[in-house]
Amino acid sequence: MADNIMLDLRNIHKSFFIGTPNEFEVLHGLNFTVNKGEFVSIVGQSGSGKSTLMNIIGALDRPTEGEYTLDGIDIEKAKDSELSVLRNKKIGFVFQTYNLIARTSALKNVELPMMYAGMGRAERTERAKMLLEEVEMTDRMMHKPDELSGGQKQRVAIARAMANDPAIILADEPTGALDSATGRLIMDIFHKLHEEQGKTIVLITHSPELSQETERIITLKDGHIIGESKGTWTGLKAKEGE
Amino acid sequence: MLFTENVLVALAGLKANIMRSLLTMLGIIIGIASVIAIMTVGNSITLIVNSTMQDIGANNLQVGVMQKSSDSESEDTGMNYGSGYVRDMTDDDLITKEMIDSFKAEYSDDIKYILLQENVGEDYYGAPASKVTKGSKNANVKIVGYNVDYMKFNKREVLAGREFLAQDYLEGKKVCMVSDKLVERLYKGDNDSVIGQEIEVSQGGTYYTYHVVGVYKYVSEQFAFGASDNPTTEIMIPLMTARLENHNQNKGFNFMMLVTSVNTDNSTFATTVRDYFNTRYYARNDAYEVAAISMASMMDSMNTMINMIQLALSVIAGISLVVGGIGVMNIMLVSITERTKEIGTRKALGAKNSSIRLQFITESVVICVIGGIIGIILGVILGTIAVKLMGYSAAVSLQSIIIAVGFSMAIGIFFGYYPANKAAKLNPIDALRYE
Repeated sequence: MADNIMLDLRNIHKSFFIGTPNEFEVLHGLNFTVNKGEFVSIVGQSGSGKSTLMNIIGALDRPTEGEYTLDGIDIEKAKDSELSVLRNKKIGFVFQTYNLIARTSALKNVELPMMYAGMGRAERTERAKMLLEEVEMTDRMMHKPDELSGGQKQRVAIARAMANDPAIILADEPTGALDSATGRLIMDIFHKLHEEQGKTIVLITHSPELSQETERIITLKDGHIIGESKGTWTGLKAKEGE
Repeated sequence: MLFTENVLVALAGLKANIMRSLLTMLGIIIGIASVIAIMTVGNSITLIVNSTMQDIGANNLQVGVMQKSSDSESEDTGMNYGSGYVRDMTDDDLITKEMIDSFKAEYSDDIKYILLQENVGEDYYGAPASKVTKGSKNANVKIVGYNVDYMKFNKREVLAGREFLAQDYLEGKKVCMVSDKLVERLYKGDNDSVIGQEIEVSQGGTYYTYHVVGVYKYVSEQFAFGASDNPTTEIMIPLMTARLENHNQNKGFNFMMLVTSVNTDNSTFATTVRDYFNTRYYARNDAYEVAAISMASMMDSMNTMINMIQLALSVIAGISLVVGGIGVMNIMLVSITERTKEIGTRKALGAKNSSIRLQFITESVVICVIGGIIGIILGVILGTIAVKLMGYSAAVSLQSIIIAVGFSMAIGIFFGYYPANKAAKLNPIDALRYE
């Protein structure tokens, strides 16, 4: 396997209600790879299987059939507890609904993955502050989620996703619940992470428009990959230059 | 690390639902409070009983003449009175002065004192009320004769005059010591003025006159309820004097108390005493024998009894703890359902099942321990009030508090485990998708 491959999915099948009369297959043998440092989007209408695919990529679920390798780790062979460690260290999740822990400050939310990784208190607080600074949330870091706007919450969530310096950021409709201006801001943060830090980012969206902002677009329909194309994004600097 | 974090999360959760948390804790609070209150009351009573018995003397042996028990070898005389009837005690059944003297000589190492006392005018129904009158005032008294050993053992502070002399004991002189309370009442508290006076005690229609040689300091009795301004104090006289008054001077004794040496084991010595008297003097007695009971063993059985009652009451109170624990379990299940999405998020962020389990067990333990602490405070207050109302000073048992804290933690773990395990086993996808 080439060294520069981050995600390698081969012949991925996923079925639900296995062994019951209601059994049905959602993913019908998907094959694709994502290179290190790539910004890829997976586009599809609802019901196309993109959420199921995201769960498999995020190691929250296992494929019924097929091989999935993440940063050289064979997911099929990993135990549940090893998957926890994998999610913790290798994957940074950004959800449409932010999923910040209620009643806990922004700072503590960002600290959480580092706490689960066993990092010391002083060290993780320092790093959490640094990450919040990167998303320009320093002045609100002691606020609780219900005191933050949607955009602010998503910025905290991105800082949290970066906590353990993951190999890949998995963003599921990150701008879905935001107005277009705020959504633009969030997308810019992703671009910054990609262009300045070379992060591998997988963006899952139903919006063909948004997917154009990525380097490569994988289009999903009814559990099949129906096309791959290049995005039209020319980089943050180019955009600023407009 | 994870632990403090978990405690903080739990506390924040409790604060967010303060009413719900308090109601959940209520079962634990009531349970722990009642157990602690019962323990406090029981503990205080045990201490009071023990100190009272200690005052009487823990290393005392009570020796008395008693009816032979039916299972002893009483049949050898061939004369059975049939069960249910035992002849009255006669002078022949009593322990004589000579028996006591040779007994004391035999076991001089073990016996420190032999205490003998006799109330003047006492019959089967007790002594009639006695009083000393002076002018319009009178003082309640009882006349008690003590032997030398008794006066040495039960030493009273002499405020004026002197104690009895050897001659007083031997000849049964009509001398007495009165209490400072009596002096206070009848002689305006002038102790010295009473010395040398004749004092007349009326008991029913009988009058007894004694020459006052000393004034002793009155010590109130532990178990006396309420302080009377005219307490019954003792007119102490030599034993022989009392026996002469009662015309008992040639009779034996039916009861005595032995104060043993520090090194003597009272429970074995009790057997020795019993065997000594019964083989020597009571083998052929058809109805009576000598029994010896050690105060230590009486204290033991008394304490065992109090502990049993205390335990039984605590177990009943403990039932409410179980009910409280079920309440905690119920609220934990609700809380976990409410926070399904949080659990999913935590799992996505890399929390292991064990971390989730620990988080929710910690939460349930925190609820129970806070409830337990409130319960302890409440229980101590209730127990103290109860003991105070009974007129004693309360003794809170530290042991019961430690047990209570441990027990509430155990309840938290026990009733928190099932909900926590349920949370830990949630499928992360289902949990994340939960709305």
